[in-house]
Order: sequence, then structure tokens, then C-alpha cells
Amino acid sequence: MKRLLPALLFVWLLLGMTPASASSTLEAFKFATEAEALHFKDLIAEIRCLVCQNQSLADSDAELAHDLRVEVYDMVQEGRSDAEIIDFLVKRYGDFVLYKPPLKPETWFIWFGPFVLLAIAGFLLVRALRRQRQVTTAEISAEERKRLDALLGKPGADGKDNEA
Amino acid sequence: MARYLRYLVPLGIFAVLVAFLFRGLSLDPKLVPSPLVGQPMPAFSLTRLDDPAATISDTDIKGKVAVLNIWATWCVSCRAEHDVLLQLARTGQVAIYGLNYKDNRADAQRWLRQLGDPYVANAFDEDGRVGIDWGVYGAPETFVIDPQGIIRHKHIGPLTTEVLQTKLLPLIAELKS
Repeated sequence: MKRLLPALLFVWLLLGMTPASASSTLEAFKFATEAEALHFKDLIAEIRCLVCQNQSLADSDAELAHDLRVEVYDMVQEGRSDAEIIDFLVKRYGDFVLYKPPLKPETWFIWFGPFVLLAIAGFLLVRALRRQRQVTTAEISAEERKRLDALLGKPGADGKDNEA
Repeated sequence: MARYLRYLVPLGIFAVLVAFLFRGLSLDPKLVPSPLVGQPMPAFSLTRLDDPAATISDTDIKGKVAVLNIWATWCVSCRAEHDVLLQLARTGQVAIYGLNYKDNRADAQRWLRQLGDPYVANAFDEDGRVGIDWGVYGAPETFVIDPQGIIRHKHIGPLTTEVLQTKLLPLIAELKS
């Protein structure tokens, strides 16, 4: 009993702490349909919060993220397209707000770089394999051939192992 | 020759990698370049901080070299840069406008009374919507605007005497000539 009491107290404290830390960041936005709510969620998950940077607009609890969620919500309600909303944000905050960078000359390196590296690696691999094959087919002298045949027990080497 | 290449190529790749990583160390990820630099300033019309009945808009800023400083009383770094703004105002080189961002009017007015007022005028952006149009993501931020109303420079974070001497004042002098 003496030991149980502090343990129970500890558990009670833990239980009391969880609801506060698990509070939701999403405001109570109202949507006409479930599909609309889902669409909004997908949209804000693709946008970076510039204050926390490694959180999306959907995850962030920053003041600016809150304001931008309201802004995006209003635009969705006005019936603006995703492209228009993204454009609105990019014009103000730059491409950095997008988790998926757009394809343009400045971003070619990040989009195609891995494939270029893969192609180079593939080329080097093929070349190395080819070289290896060349080494295995290298010519050997008649003397060496004889010794090799003897070691491998091939017929015609010295005639001893043939009958076995 | 081919044998040297075997060692030189990986060494070269390693050197390039080190150069990139080293450069990365000195970059501040908090500084996101604004797409607004080189663009006309976003239009706005807000009430003045000192007078809820009067309005101030982007047209008031146009026609001269101006600085727009985004600040708030809840912003600790704004307090740190306030003396630098006063210093800039004292040079008489430029008209400093303020955008009081998501703040309380009475608090902001008291701040200016107590610490000194470097601003020609302040716009009161209570809900932060104008701030969003200006791409504000963390006060303090400071824009330099030319007479045509084009944004020429954006400084993110608190101004320092060094930034003033090496960046802002030379740019203002250049825009004026």
C-alpha cells in the first residue's frame, strides 16, 4: 500500500497531463460536405509554415499559420481553385511555402540531379562489370593451360585421373 | 595518369560536397528571400495607429524613398531594433513608415510615447491581413521602397547599426540620386 500510493498518484498526474498536450491545432472550420473538408485538409498539408518551417500549415500552431489557414479557408469558400490559392501564397512568400518545389530552370538540379547521378552510377557499374569480364577471358599460355587442366582433373592433362 | 584519376575524382567529389555543406553552415534557414523585392508594393488602406478615424494607404508612401518597418509590442526583437530606427530617423535621410502588426492600439501608442517615435506615420494592421499581403512571417521586417513604389530591399529580423551603415543607408543614397 505504501508503494502503491505514489505510483497511483504518478499515473493520475500523467493522465491529467495528456489532454493539454494533445490539443488540436485545427480551428473549427465549417464545411458543407465531407469532401470539401478533406480537400481543405489536403491543401494545407502541402503548404509550409514559414515560422516553424518543418511543419505544414495543417500541423503548425504558429500565429501566422492560424491566419493563413483562415485565409486559405476563405478562398476555398469563395470557390477559388487550388492553383489560384497556391499562386496567392507563392506571390507573397515565394516557392518556399510549397513542400513540392515547382519545375523550373532553378529547380532542375533538385528534380533531375538524382536521376543524373543514378545514370552516372549505372554507367560506371556497367563499365566495371565489363572490365571484370575482360579479365576472366584473358589469354593464358599452353604451359599454364596444362597445369590448370591438371588441377581441375580434366582429361588429357596427364592421363592418371582419367580412369577414376 | 589513369591511376591518379582514380584518387582525384573521388577527392574532387568530396571537395565539392564539403564546399556545399560548408556554405550550408553559414546560411540561415529563417531568412526566406521575398518574391516581392523588385515588385510594386502591395496596395493597402488601414487606419492610422494614432487616429482610428484617419486612414493611411500605399499612395501616402509613394513619391519618395521610404522605409516600411513591420513591428509590434509583443515582438521582443522590435524593442531591440527600436534605437536603430530612431538613429535612422535622426539622419533625416528617409521617411520611415510603420506597420503595426497584430497589435493592441493602446499598447502600441504607449510604446511610441515611452521609447520615442521614429515614424512619419503608422498603419494599424489589427488582423494581420495586410501583413500577409506583404509576405510578413515574423516581425520585425523592414522594406526599402523607391519613389515609384517598387520594393527594392527587404531586411528580415532586427535592424542593427551595421545593417544600417552597410546596407540601408547606401541603398537609400543610391535611390535618391
